[in-house]
Amino acid sequence: MTQHTQVILAGIDFADPDTWRLTNYLKRGGYKALRKIFSEKISPEVVIDEVKKSALRGRGGAGFPTGLKWSFMPRQYEGEKYLVCNSDEGEPGTFKDRDIMRFNPHILIEGMLIAAYAMGIRTGYNYVHGEIWDVYERMEEAVEEARSAGFLGNNILGSNFSFQLYNHHGYGAYICGEETALLESIEGKKGQPRFKPPFPANFGLYGKPTTINNTETFASVPWIILNGGEKYLELGKPNNGGTKIFSVSGHVNKPGNYEVPMGTPFAELLELAGGMRGGRKLKGCIPGGSSMPILPGEVMMNTNMDYDSIAKAGSMLGSGAVIIMDETTCMVKALERLAYFYYEESCGQCTPCREGTGWLYRIINRIEHGKGRQEDLDLLDNLADNIQGRTICALGDAAAMPVRAMLKHFRDEFAYHIEYKKCMV
Amino acid sequence: MLSTESLKKIDKEIAKYPADQKQSAVMSALAIAQTEKGWLSSETMDFVANYLDMPPIAVYEVATFYNMYNLKPVGQYKITVCTNLPCALSGGNDAANYLKQKLGIGFNETSADGRFTLKEGECMGACGDAPVLLVNNKRMCSFMSNEQIDRLLEELKK
Repeated sequence: MTQHTQVILAGIDFADPDTWRLTNYLKRGGYKALRKIFSEKISPEVVIDEVKKSALRGRGGAGFPTGLKWSFMPRQYEGEKYLVCNSDEGEPGTFKDRDIMRFNPHILIEGMLIAAYAMGIRTGYNYVHGEIWDVYERMEEAVEEARSAGFLGNNILGSNFSFQLYNHHGYGAYICGEETALLESIEGKKGQPRFKPPFPANFGLYGKPTTINNTETFASVPWIILNGGEKYLELGKPNNGGTKIFSVSGHVNKPGNYEVPMGTPFAELLELAGGMRGGRKLKGCIPGGSSMPILPGEVMMNTNMDYDSIAKAGSMLGSGAVIIMDETTCMVKALERLAYFYYEESCGQCTPCREGTGWLYRIINRIEHGKGRQEDLDLLDNLADNIQGRTICALGDAAAMPVRAMLKHFRDEFAYHIEYKKCMV
Repeated sequence: MLSTESLKKIDKEIAKYPADQKQSAVMSALAIAQTEKGWLSSETMDFVANYLDMPPIAVYEVATFYNMYNLKPVGQYKITVCTNLPCALSGGNDAANYLKQKLGIGFNETSADGRFTLKEGECMGACGDAPVLLVNNKRMCSFMSNEQIDRLLEELKK
């Protein structure tokens, strides 16, 4: 196995309980990118240009070009602006941001500092998933370390740049991973997504211009500034710059996070994760988190892990959560559990999602329990069609896409379940 | 009414937000209140509302929206097991079933001695550590095989 350059997890000693501390981050070259900006007087425009050149795309799921997003912020705006980090990682299969914050929290802080500098922002919030309380506490400690060392606060490192960063925790609502729901949540409300436009760059937190990026996105920025956007791009492939942390879960021998270059063959990633558990055959794989369409094993084995290749194969890279299912998996049962999740987590704001996710779940549930009807399959397709694209946020799409993809690739298995009232596997 | 210690913690949270945005601290204030009281009664929520200058209804909205708040009394230890798909592929349901059998209760039930409440959880963002469970929202336990569950229950019963 070739040793790849790592951007985010490089040099971390996972066995050392203090690997996350500021002293160790500094030993790994931490805060050098920030120092470089100040010592070489790199302008905010140049920082944004480097990020554009790097072809860094949002690592939270949508894959939007980060540099472009940053350029949407009204730079001349005099009033308060906000920078928000979306660490509300709750997409089933995704657990990379947890490890970034657990083992390398200062890389996130440095990335946010650089972003804030580039967009002229003085205040930031990091929204941490409520279930990972120990990680929230670690972030609180890391922010305190950075503050005491002069990396956060007023006139950072003697410059005239000031930035304050605060952590905010969630408390169990998947929907808050949607960026405008997350803003509502920071404002102390129910996390219900806002209608867009206006987009957060114009009307964000407390109605002020706001940029929201994912944890891994921010964590990629210091390397880009130190080594240049071109270099970062070259780590991956055109339009798919850099490395990506893939969270591999399910039927593998070594579930975990693996940071590899964009464009790495799926087969290589599977090998890194220890291969299939029990040497069994790969039946299906959800390559980008539970909201993304499942792909059959043979398709996955010939796919590379980057935005464009996975899109070509018929799914999406999403958050980089790779859920592996072997030949013993009952796809009806798997889909039933996912459908329940979206039903449970729908915020209830839009009728197609609020009602539709319940219908999807109940129909799949009756198929799983031997009470399905043959016409249910078309009904599911029809329902999914009437949810997808008809809601304020992407949760509706996220509930519909897995259903459509499962029926596309594993329809026979669902039909078998209905006819024989039992699993095919 | 909350203890001075809890109020001090809430004040620290309020300080994170602009002076006219005290409401932003409501999620943490409710979490702090819950840690002290075990659950959120109307009286507790009204107190938080008053403390943050919010209408009580706005606090109830938050408390009922986010699923880690306890709106009813729970056992001394609330155990939440993730059974979502990635966890289910790696023994999440086995862990849940084993807990049900050991504690003699189902999901959303509390053991007769008032010690344990069992909950089914959604994705905790730790799928690589499956099976995972949370004790009282704050302590995450990873790789929960039956032996590990036995060990955890022994420890909690002490």
